[in-house]
Amino acid sequence: MTRHRAQTAPLHFVPLPACLAVTGAGLVAVMLIAIGVGSVSVPLGDVWRVIGSHVLGGTATADPVSEQIVWDFRVPRVLLAALCGAGLAVAGVLLQALILNPLAEPYVLGLVPGASVGAVLVITVGAGVVGGLSASSAAFAGAMLAGAAVFALGRAAPARLVLSGVAVGYVFLAATSYLQLQANPGDLRQVMFWLMGSVAGARWDQLGLVTAVVIAATAAVLLAGRRVNALVTGDETATALGVDVRRTRLLLLVLAALLTGTVCAVAGGISFVGLMVPHVTRLAFGVDHRRVLPLSALLGAGYLVLVDLLSRTVDAPNELPIGIFTAAFGAPFLIWLMRRDRTES
Amino acid sequence: MNLDIGAVRVSLGGTPILRDATLTAEPGDFVGLVGPNGSGKTTLLRTVYRALRPDSGVVRVGGEDVWSLSPRAAARRTAAVLQSRNTPGGVTVAEVVALGRTAHHGLFSSGEDRSAVRDALKQAGVADMADRAFGSLSGGERQRVLLACALAQRPRVLVLDEPTNHLDIRARFELMDLVRGTGITVLAVLHDLDIAARYCDRLVVLHQGVVTAAGPVLNVLTPGTLREVFGVNAAAELCGDGVVRVVYHAAPLA
Repeated sequence: MTRHRAQTAPLHFVPLPACLAVTGAGLVAVMLIAIGVGSVSVPLGDVWRVIGSHVLGGTATADPVSEQIVWDFRVPRVLLAALCGAGLAVAGVLLQALILNPLAEPYVLGLVPGASVGAVLVITVGAGVVGGLSASSAAFAGAMLAGAAVFALGRAAPARLVLSGVAVGYVFLAATSYLQLQANPGDLRQVMFWLMGSVAGARWDQLGLVTAVVIAATAAVLLAGRRVNALVTGDETATALGVDVRRTRLLLLVLAALLTGTVCAVAGGISFVGLMVPHVTRLAFGVDHRRVLPLSALLGAGYLVLVDLLSRTVDAPNELPIGIFTAAFGAPFLIWLMRRDRTES
Repeated sequence: MNLDIGAVRVSLGGTPILRDATLTAEPGDFVGLVGPNGSGKTTLLRTVYRALRPDSGVVRVGGEDVWSLSPRAAARRTAAVLQSRNTPGGVTVAEVVALGRTAHHGLFSSGEDRSAVRDALKQAGVADMADRAFGSLSGGERQRVLLACALAQRPRVLVLDEPTNHLDIRARFELMDLVRGTGITVLAVLHDLDIAARYCDRLVVLHQGVVTAAGPVLNVLTPGTLREVFGVNAAAELCGDGVVRVVYHAAPLA
């Protein structure tokens, strides 16, 4: 269990406000670029003007086409990508602390497969079977159901939680595969797109709820940040340090399921973000959760904005699902992480 | 604070591990818990830092039943230095020690948190390593850092589970001197009988889940107890320098 790295992270001693300022500025820059770039590119000055006129009031000065592209399509899309990236990254941090395992992330622990069943059920069979829920609501319900099943079977013990997460995930994946086989060919494309994740359907009216969930969940764990730091020392030590281990684990799983369910509801099943971003954050900034959580949120946001930009520009004007890229980048990263761990232990 | 363990019974998976274990430590006492492997020492310790609830019996710290306290309140009285601990790669000494404040702080670290961490680092002799990675330290240094973490908890009772395990001889003495010097009530599981005899005020012998002897070192480590419980031909002797040493006379008994 005990693994020691002999060096502190390179940015460990940089104060948190400075780290947040730099990553935050980077995120804003990436978002502005992503808003401007696309099948129709809008100059940065026009992007500024459109956003400025909507946020600060005043009359629109860009031409109506740019205005519509920027405000009605690109801004909500980029904002949604950022929120989803932040949410998944924070969910990954929570799950890694929950099961003390670097491989934990919302997909591996069965939460995304749970959401998939819900959404695919509605797409292929119809809303009637799940009480008239929309695909989004069914995805959210599926993630929460998966979280409850994982916790009930895992009984708050890290090793059991891993196994129950993987097992629950496979059951839901089997159900999803069965539904796909039974589906109309016409629905399959929609199913595939959902399973691989996309923020192409972003709408302004979705953003409020997603923002509220991501911010509230991140703030809630941030307040418990020290308890999370104690929790990752192991059950016995954490107990001796005064942490109610079971209750803290439950909190982490509930928040992770809430975040995953919300992201899946609006963007489908995006994999590997929750794995990659927290590790990069820890490698760069250190392991204190009070640093890792907000910085992972910002880096995750920037990462998914970039990946979404790639997904709509690589094969323009066609759009590719985000999940293709997150998996294509994430899997090699995972292999690198394993090799790195082996050389250290 | 005093520590009272009264008639504690624990069964794990149907197997009785502790049978009416009873033990007391007066404020400032250094009590050693000794016994062969599997005698229930670690299990007894776990009931003290609230990781394991006894089937019956009571554990009181400062007169309060630890199971009537919240985990937080219990951790403000009792700190533990345990054998295994997961430390995330790259964590610094200061961060490890700051974990000792988990049960104390409000939302933000207070001046008291910072001074407790500073004092603990100094007291354990690790203040100069505060910014180093925990993973870069030697075994003895690591153990002193974990002691500092426990001291940052500002506990009234300190429990240690084989704190000198895997340490070289000099590091053993350094660590035990530090623990002794805190003046806190201590209950320590010790495998090394010579270290136990040298540092403890009193010893408690556990054998197959039962306390078979308790009291001052010379009264406890008698040739009879050492033979029956530990299977060695040995005796504790008070030497001219005032130190109690365990002298092993021959190879282990068949």
